[in-house]
Amino acid sequence: MDELLREYLPVLIFLAIAIGISVAMLLASGILATQKPDSEKLSAYECGFEAFDDARSRFDVRFYLVAILFIIFDLEVAFLFPWAISLGKIGLFGFWSMVIFLGILTIGFVYEWRKGALEWE
Amino acid sequence: MTELPDMLAAGPEIFLAVMGMVLMMVGVFSSEKRALGIVSGLAVASLVVTLASVVWMADGRIVAFSGLFLTDSFAVFMKTLVLLGAVLVLIMSENYIQREGMARFEFPVLVIYATVGMMMMISANDLISLYIGLELQSLSLYVLAAFQRDRGRSSEAGLKYFVLGALSSCLLLYGCSLIYGFTGTTQFEALAVLFTGKESAASPGLVVGIVFLSAGLAFKVSAVPFHMWTPDVYEGAPTPVTAFFAVAPKIAAIALFLRVMLEPFGGLIDEWRQIIVLISVASMVLGAFAAVAQRNIKRLMAYSSIGHVGYALVGLASGSEAGLRGVLIYMAIYLVMNVGAFACILCMQINGRMVEQIDDLAGSAKSHPMMALGILVFMFSLAGIPPMAGFFGKFFIFTAAIEAELYTLAIIGVVSSVVGAFYYLRIVKIVYFDDLLEPFDKPIGRSLGTIMTLSGVVTILFFLYPAPILDSASIAAAALFPG
Amino acid sequence: MIIQALAFYLFAFVAVAAGVLVIASRNPVHSVLFLILAFFNGAGLFVLLGAEFLAMILVIVYVGAVAVLFLFVVMMLDINFVELRSGFLQYLPIGGLVGFILLAELLVVVGGWVIVPEATSVAAAPIPPIDQVTNTEAIGRLIYTKYIYLFQASGLVLLVAMIGAIVLTLRSRAGVRRQKISDQVARRPGEAIEVVKVTTGSGI
Repeated sequence: MDELLREYLPVLIFLAIAIGISVAMLLASGILATQKPDSEKLSAYECGFEAFDDARSRFDVRFYLVAILFIIFDLEVAFLFPWAISLGKIGLFGFWSMVIFLGILTIGFVYEWRKGALEWE
Repeated sequence: MTELPDMLAAGPEIFLAVMGMVLMMVGVFSSEKRALGIVSGLAVASLVVTLASVVWMADGRIVAFSGLFLTDSFAVFMKTLVLLGAVLVLIMSENYIQREGMARFEFPVLVIYATVGMMMMISANDLISLYIGLELQSLSLYVLAAFQRDRGRSSEAGLKYFVLGALSSCLLLYGCSLIYGFTGTTQFEALAVLFTGKESAASPGLVVGIVFLSAGLAFKVSAVPFHMWTPDVYEGAPTPVTAFFAVAPKIAAIALFLRVMLEPFGGLIDEWRQIIVLISVASMVLGAFAAVAQRNIKRLMAYSSIGHVGYALVGLASGSEAGLRGVLIYMAIYLVMNVGAFACILCMQINGRMVEQIDDLAGSAKSHPMMALGILVFMFSLAGIPPMAGFFGKFFIFTAAIEAELYTLAIIGVVSSVVGAFYYLRIVKIVYFDDLLEPFDKPIGRSLGTIMTLSGVVTILFFLYPAPILDSASIAAAALFPG
Repeated sequence: MIIQALAFYLFAFVAVAAGVLVIASRNPVHSVLFLILAFFNGAGLFVLLGAEFLAMILVIVYVGAVAVLFLFVVMMLDINFVELRSGFLQYLPIGGLVGFILLAELLVVVGGWVIVPEATSVAAAPIPPIDQVTNTEAIGRLIYTKYIYLFQASGLVLLVAMIGAIVLTLRSRAGVRRQKISDQVARRPGEAIEVVKVTTGSGI
């Protein structure tokens, strides 16, 4: 257990340094620099003219479809990691088990393709 | 090298899942106009084949897939009901989906996957396989509820069902994790071993876990404190989908409820009985009183189904083999009469437009005597008036409750079924004695007519030859009470 | 050991603080960003427990995909979140009560933490010692063979999710001119160019 965590120590040190530097930079600019804010300086800059409206506009639902399909295949890939590591131990049965799983999702993929869900209009 | 597990026990499920994929490919590679027809036909055929194989394989108790999956006569009985429900609903919905702009071949495919999920729920022998089955079923049903995506009410139904369903799945999962945390296992048999004959086995944490688990399950069967989604979803969803909701998932969820409570937690009956009694009473009373004020027939059927779940849970509360047998008989009869009632509701269209108000039924006895007769039979049966089948369902349940000395529960049940009879009979009165406003379209379609006639005949003549259902229910009930 | 404890408290504190900020921040996009922060700290906690695989999955799936989806949903909804929040104080007593009851229940659970004595003996698959088999491999040895039923069933769940997403959101628009690459490639100069002989002074 300790062995495992020791391997992660560099990550922790890296995190500490990264957070430390970024906090230091923010603080330093807050403390050292002269700041004279006024409303024009703080307003959103949009090519010289007044901002038209909120930057948040509604997205098309098609983006959502792409995101969902991405998540599904992301999950599929997540299943591949332990399989790749333990393939030697689980043998032919484990191999075919994954092939069937991939087959199920390939059916879904073919369905998507034929439906035109992967095309951008 | 690990050995090949015993997959044959799950043969029907595997077959149905594979057929679902085949149908997807058939649908996507055939021309758009013909896709739905071909896929529907094949879907009905594969459901029938699955039904046949479930019945054919019915021999004893088999545990497969390292204890995750189990099939016994209880599972066979419930799977038969679920598959029957799915087949009948698919046949009934054919006209409707052509007419109402939901003619896409995904409909039968989703029904098939929902059915696979239900079969997995019924056969679950582990908290994890319970959850996965439940999710497969629920996910398909969410999509089905929102299938008419261009109609606001259908989308609303889908969204409501999804949000509340996801919440209830969370509760269920939380309960499962508490149970796992306190016992160290998720397997039903191992849990059962831990709890049999030990009074001290139930720590407060475990009881909280069981409470969460039963709250999640109560949502899925729409028992009262968790029923809020039911009327809105039933009203908003397309009518064939509502018919599907009212039969198949409900039967599957009741089966799951029975198995979970009686198998792994059978030793803790004193802990969970109060919960079941409470939600059963609440469901019966609310189902009886809230339905009186409804004007929409689908909403009314929603409250009616809440009430029926209450009656079914009376049988569970009695916790005996007789009670379980009563629930099984009740669910079988419930399936028949609900399919029939929804076949009648699907006939309600004026000039090609579906109507759903109860007042639209006024005087339809004059224009459609056969349909009116069907409504009469199904409403009498739902109300539990002898000699219709519905009466016998209630009869077996209440006898079991009295045997288990749950007198108050039985009395509340009888009183609420008397109150419930009021609104069922009101429909009959509207159909037969009110003035005809606008006649429904003719003809009603051959498949609808056939299903209506068949289920009507079964409902009326059940008392002449009840043996098949009673016997198989006895065998199925014995499976959960060995020894 | 002390570093481990320090890291635990750091991750736990930031996770809880980020969780509070998810529901407290005014801008929903900020909420999603705090959610991502909470996920990262959750991953840190998993690493401290020795569950490396779960930690990485949390980062890949939840941060990489689910949080992005949340952002999309937030961007798609046409809801004025300030308006939505206006009833917040009104519902606070009831919400607080429900929260309090849940907290009390949790305390009861923790207070009554008695594990059934037979529990350890019935465990389906004991965790192998971590210095011999890594976490990921231990999972891999089980899910593809022993738990193949659940594995394939989750494949079906993903398949249904695909069908559902397409059924509910895919619309084909009329009048869209798609690029047909095969047509472009198969095109010959003869079809594309017309040579017209124009006599001087008459036009075409």
